[in-house]
Amino acid sequence: MPSVAMTVNGKAVSGEVETRTLLVHFLRENLRLTGTHVGCDTSQCGACVVHVNGKAVKSCTMLAVQAEGAQVTTVEGLTQDGKLHPVQAAFKEHHGLQCGFCTPGMIMTAVDMIRRIPDLDEKTIRAELEGNLCRCTGYQNIVKAIEAASKEMKGARA
Amino acid sequence: MYQFQYFRPKSLDEARKLYENNGDAKFLAGGQTLIPTLKQRLAQPTALIDLGGIAMSGIKVAGGVVTIGAGTKHFDVASSADVKGAIPALSHLASHIGDPAVRHMGTLGGSIANNDPAADYPAAVLGLGATIKTTSRTISADDFFTGMFETALEEGEIITEVSFPVPEKAAYMKFPNPASRYAMVGVFVAKTKGGVRVAVTGAASSVFRESAMEAALTKSFTPDAVAGIKVSPGNMNSDLHGTAEYRAHLVTVMAKRAVATIA
Ligand SMILES: Cc1cc2nc3c(=O)[nH]c(=O)nc-3n(C[C@H](O)[C@H](O)[C@H](O)COP(=O)(O)OP(=O)(O)OC[C@H]3O[C@@H](n4cnc5c(N)ncnc54)[C@H](O)[C@@H]3O)c2cc1C
Ligand code: FES
Ligand code: FES
Repeated sequence: MPSVAMTVNGKAVSGEVETRTLLVHFLRENLRLTGTHVGCDTSQCGACVVHVNGKAVKSCTMLAVQAEGAQVTTVEGLTQDGKLHPVQAAFKEHHGLQCGFCTPGMIMTAVDMIRRIPDLDEKTIRAELEGNLCRCTGYQNIVKAIEAASKEMKGARA
Repeated sequence: MYQFQYFRPKSLDEARKLYENNGDAKFLAGGQTLIPTLKQRLAQPTALIDLGGIAMSGIKVAGGVVTIGAGTKHFDVASSADVKGAIPALSHLASHIGDPAVRHMGTLGGSIANNDPAADYPAAVLGLGATIKTTSRTISADDFFTGMFETALEEGEIITEVSFPVPEKAAYMKFPNPASRYAMVGVFVAKTKGGVRVAVTGAASSVFRESAMEAALTKSFTPDAVAGIKVSPGNMNSDLHGTAEYRAHLVTVMAKRAVATIA
């Protein structure tokens, strides 16, 4: 079996995988980082979104071997010193989740869009959430949470 | 997914050799079409040759031509100031493919090699009369797309870059499938040095040029010129998302709207 090595949430990790092992399964099964979810079989729901080299990608649509040498961040990597990331805190504050299944992917997508787009309005947030499905919330509070986090993080940078 | 061998060559030569030496190999680019296909067990290659390790991405604008490496991600085309400046319609098109995560991985070469009947890029490649450069030759857009998921590419031939001549003006209008965001119908209209070109994707088995609209727009480049053109539903797709008649009607509507943005 091929072995693969990468950096996940700042730590060097490696493991034996099959060539067909998806990145999401490497994260969940080899590394036991079960925050990243699998919600569909069709690359559509976004529950599996993680960052690879700083960009949001669907970890169910990437082979683990393709991530050789990459910097990967999962939802577990957002919390620093036991303190929630501003996007996580905003989801809590604005009730951006119900069952929570879509939440890790939503949060990783939100962090990515906030990093890329300085002035996020509601319309842009909704367009950026194209690849993330939520069966519970109706999106309203997810959008609110992202808008609030974006403002707060911008304030913190200024 | 069935089992396969995985290779990540560093050069095109190495990639082609690997292809020749491995029975039923497939090239892997962004994987945004190929991996879902493998997950559904709709393909069973014995080996995947990952093109991701070969330097094949980048955007150049020179001499009235935008040249984009085959490995360039949709996201990089969508966010390139050079592309936006030279061919805003192309940057608009790239920014509406799938979703941000798909755009971070998917590539221009993968999209046109796949030639999905509902894909966006084929409309720009054909609509702008682009040239496709491969490991063995250059192919004009008019000769490249040959049928449903079919192209002029031969076994083991790798697309390396695509050159888009900068048009006088161009626009792309797509009616996205509300679930997948692929084009139900997408129309790319361009006024080029060589004349007006209208390319339609999503509607039929493969992207095609709509010559009646090209002729009408050559006479008068206005939305009204195409508004009256009824496209025959004869060759259109019919599925649970829409009938052939509906798609034929959408072609006219999308063409009219595309022209309206630039007339
Ligand atoms: C959820 C989702 C939504 C999507 N929505 C859209 C959409 O709205 N519009 C749209 O157009 N597309 C859409 N796509 C498809 C996406 O654009 C893909 O990125 C693209 O079709 C394939 O590019 P890739 O780089 O991912 O190629 P891969 O999946 O890696 O490869 C696709 C095929 O091309 C071949 N190939 C790849 N590169 C080359 C090359 N350089 N030379 C020769 N052959 C090559 C491969 O062997 C394979 O057969 C969507 C995909 C997903 C998962
Ligand atoms: S699990 Fe990856 S997109 Fe649904
Ligand atoms: S909170 Fe249940 S799927 Fe989004």
